[in-house]
Amino acid sequence: MAYLVSHPDEVKAISWRWGKGAENIDRYLELDGYKAVRKAIEMGPEAIINEMKASNLRGRGGAGFPTGMKWSFVPKESAKPKYILCNGDESEPGTCKDRLIFEHDPHSVIEGVMIAGLAVGAKKGYIYLRGEYRYLSVIMQKAIADAYAKGFLGKNIFGSGIDFDVYWHGGAGAYEVGEESALMESLEGKRGVPRIRPPFPAVVGLWGGPTVINNAETLASVPHILLMGGQKYAEIGTPKNGGTRLFCLSGNVEKPGVYELPMGYNLKKMIYEVAGGIWKGRNLKAVVPGGSSVPVLLANEIDVAADFDSMMKAGTMLGSGGVIVIDDHTCMVKFALRTIKFYQHESCGWCIPCREGTDWLKKTLIRFHAGGGIKKDIDNMAYLAENMLGRTFCPLGDAAAMPIIGFVKKFREEFEAHLEGRPCPYEDHGSDGEIPVLAQLPVLTR
Amino acid sequence: MYFSEEFEKRFAEMKTHYPTQRAVLVPTLLYAQDEVGYLSDEVITEIAGRVGLTELEVRNVISYYSMLRTKPAGKYNVQVCTNVSCLVRGGEEIYEHCKKKLGIGHKGVTNDGMFSLEEVECIGACSWAPAMQVNYDFHENLTDEKVDQILDGYRKKG
Repeated sequence: MAYLVSHPDEVKAISWRWGKGAENIDRYLELDGYKAVRKAIEMGPEAIINEMKASNLRGRGGAGFPTGMKWSFVPKESAKPKYILCNGDESEPGTCKDRLIFEHDPHSVIEGVMIAGLAVGAKKGYIYLRGEYRYLSVIMQKAIADAYAKGFLGKNIFGSGIDFDVYWHGGAGAYEVGEESALMESLEGKRGVPRIRPPFPAVVGLWGGPTVINNAETLASVPHILLMGGQKYAEIGTPKNGGTRLFCLSGNVEKPGVYELPMGYNLKKMIYEVAGGIWKGRNLKAVVPGGSSVPVLLANEIDVAADFDSMMKAGTMLGSGGVIVIDDHTCMVKFALRTIKFYQHESCGWCIPCREGTDWLKKTLIRFHAGGGIKKDIDNMAYLAENMLGRTFCPLGDAAAMPIIGFVKKFREEFEAHLEGRPCPYEDHGSDGEIPVLAQLPVLTR
Repeated sequence: MYFSEEFEKRFAEMKTHYPTQRAVLVPTLLYAQDEVGYLSDEVITEIAGRVGLTELEVRNVISYYSMLRTKPAGKYNVQVCTNVSCLVRGGEEIYEHCKKKLGIGHKGVTNDGMFSLEEVECIGACSWAPAMQVNYDFHENLTDEKVDQILDGYRKKG
């Protein structure tokens, strides 16, 4: 089980129950559990959505779309059943926050799903958990069973006349399934490939019914927002970026961990003060601030507020909140290679620019890192990645391309050093096993 | 083809959760794999029949998900993460150490069938890197010594 860390700058709006035994339903009830859903029943759909809009909560999965607005897109009347789908398929490298929510506060996710259901008129909710998190499935299934045993789920919840069911669903390992339309395909028992949009899930989703899909952190935030009030939650963050964020600090820092900090918390302070500075007293080289799919920041670019808009202005993204810190002992060509290996492995293959682009980038980077590169490769990699952008059904193509563009642009000198100091000037980081054969791969020409 | 009572209970309950039979497919395959060790031809035939799909349709789904396998693994499947957060904390070195200690490579199985080894993508243990999973157990903040203790522990367990 993952352990908890803490820092005085944390604002524990959604993590305050962690470590207090809240996975037990009776303890959860002592800690204000299931109060928010009762309140939501009294408020009614419109007031719930308005409260969410007032909170300025934006989707915590990475895209940052305003949650209240997303819920308001669901049609009031529908011939087909409506659904709530909680995305707990946490798979973005650098991201490990949802794991702690499910482990320490599973009922907050159930409550969030219920409140979303009340807001849009859905009667069923699914919580999709990645397959690797089997121990969390056990916790989650028990939490759901306990909620049924207390009569909080099922028929006539809290005497309201409303029926609501929540089910757990387990995946079997596929990053692509974290994309909302692929998530629906997977839940329906198919290969997790994306659907063409429009129509959007809010109108045509699971089994053709209107579906709200939110990240686990987003839904876990909902009960807390209703209890504290949307306006008060919004005030914790920055304008247009309400509340707090679970930041997963990983990589070369002294105190890696998941910390809940206000939206807009300074990234430099986060690394040097909250996470205790750079590992082993080394120097900072770079930061990938929002999970592995976002463009890298140089050490001198990290004095920036960690919210969706400020990060965008800084040329990167807040993404999933996974802050990966890289010290000066790391080879950035190798880091880029490991990044693209992941996206190549996880590309579903549906769209040619993603399937072929990730493969070419991986092969070029393997050859380049192994000492078989030529100067033209550097521009070719950037050109190839730029041509993947916006040309795929789902954002995986962009997720693969954006970091590579960043690495090539910002660490060009390091790429050039590989041409001079063949094969890799940072050989102490080991070889990746595939080098001897793949160094002979053909050069991409255009 | 027989599964355990627990499997049958789970399967019967899961079927009531969805408007289509097909939706139970992925979690059911994973539970079947846990019992049999892998998705044998027999398992695939059985599950395809239960959810009203052809075997080809089931195989088409199996080939998509990295946790589903059609060949046996070791009793303890050791999965070492070498993705970026683990990489910068020595994940590759941990993987190399496992290779050496177990005497097998990626997707290899030890002669006694006790261990199999895989280099895997992110397992969501980034803040506790480097990390590995043995079956469904997470092991984090690894060092070579810690890996030795963990693997020796599984071997003793038999």
